[in-house]
Amino acid sequence: MEHFSPISASIGGALIGLSCAILWLANGRIAGISGIFGQLLPPQSAVVWRLTFLVFLVLGTLAASYVIPGLGVGGPAGRPAALVTAPSWFSPGTIVWVAASGLLTGFGTKIGNGCTSGHGIVGLARLSKRSFAAVAVFFVVAIGVVTLTGVV
Amino acid sequence: METHLDLRYLVTAAIGGAIFGVGLYVSQMVDPLKVLHFLDFKAIPTGQWDPSLAFVMAVGLVVMFVALQIGRRMQKPLFDSAFHEPNYKQIDGRLLLGSAIFGLGWGMSGICPGPAISLIAFWPPNILVYLFALFVGSYSGTLLMPSNSERRLALAR
Repeated sequence: MEHFSPISASIGGALIGLSCAILWLANGRIAGISGIFGQLLPPQSAVVWRLTFLVFLVLGTLAASYVIPGLGVGGPAGRPAALVTAPSWFSPGTIVWVAASGLLTGFGTKIGNGCTSGHGIVGLARLSKRSFAAVAVFFVVAIGVVTLTGVV
Repeated sequence: METHLDLRYLVTAAIGGAIFGVGLYVSQMVDPLKVLHFLDFKAIPTGQWDPSLAFVMAVGLVVMFVALQIGRRMQKPLFDSAFHEPNYKQIDGRLLLGSAIFGLGWGMSGICPGPAISLIAFWPPNILVYLFALFVGSYSGTLLMPSNSERRLALAR
């Protein structure tokens, strides 16, 4: 278990939970990133807060990589962040693989009404039956995909 | 609509976003390979499996659970007139199909929407391809399968 980092994972998880808590108690909103990202275009109202949240999410990650450098990937002392390369059997190549992954994630989270944050953290904390079902399905499928495709 | 342009409301959104971004960096969930090392269960017997993601989620949802209990004692959130809680409760085919499609996409790259956004900070090769596809996928979901949430709510009653 050379990669395992329970302490930074728990601190990071607490921060993500705190962010969700603030958005709920102050603004009455669920911190679901797919929902925030998926409702950025008119005629959706309230585009301004969603865009603000996402811009500061990027800035928070960037700032943290300078304040606490070298935790893993990113920032002045970290390894360069990288996306996957497609498995060798996938002849169309990495760009097609990455694009397909993004398309499926965007489409699936839209019609499934949530992702790892909205269903995975807020929904499970709300004890929502829908979120328990969604989380079970996307974890089982994702674990199956990684285990079978040999992407790592 | 005016509520959403209230300065306190937007400052809260900014603080919430920033803390989320810090959390993704500290937990290293910003690293798609770390997420893939969790999803790769064939590494369990070899001892190479990384359970970190489970700790991120477990601690995050405990914190959120406490916040929800605090929220129950409040009439409304601080800067809005009501809590925006989903009122549709049915587990339906749409939810299961969408979640399965998301699982497929997530497993292919180890990227889910939160880390996808935070990765902009480090701008790895192909991130723009991913984000553009995420955007197209999400908005084609809106066009091809509009939620009709009113109709679904009426059917569920």
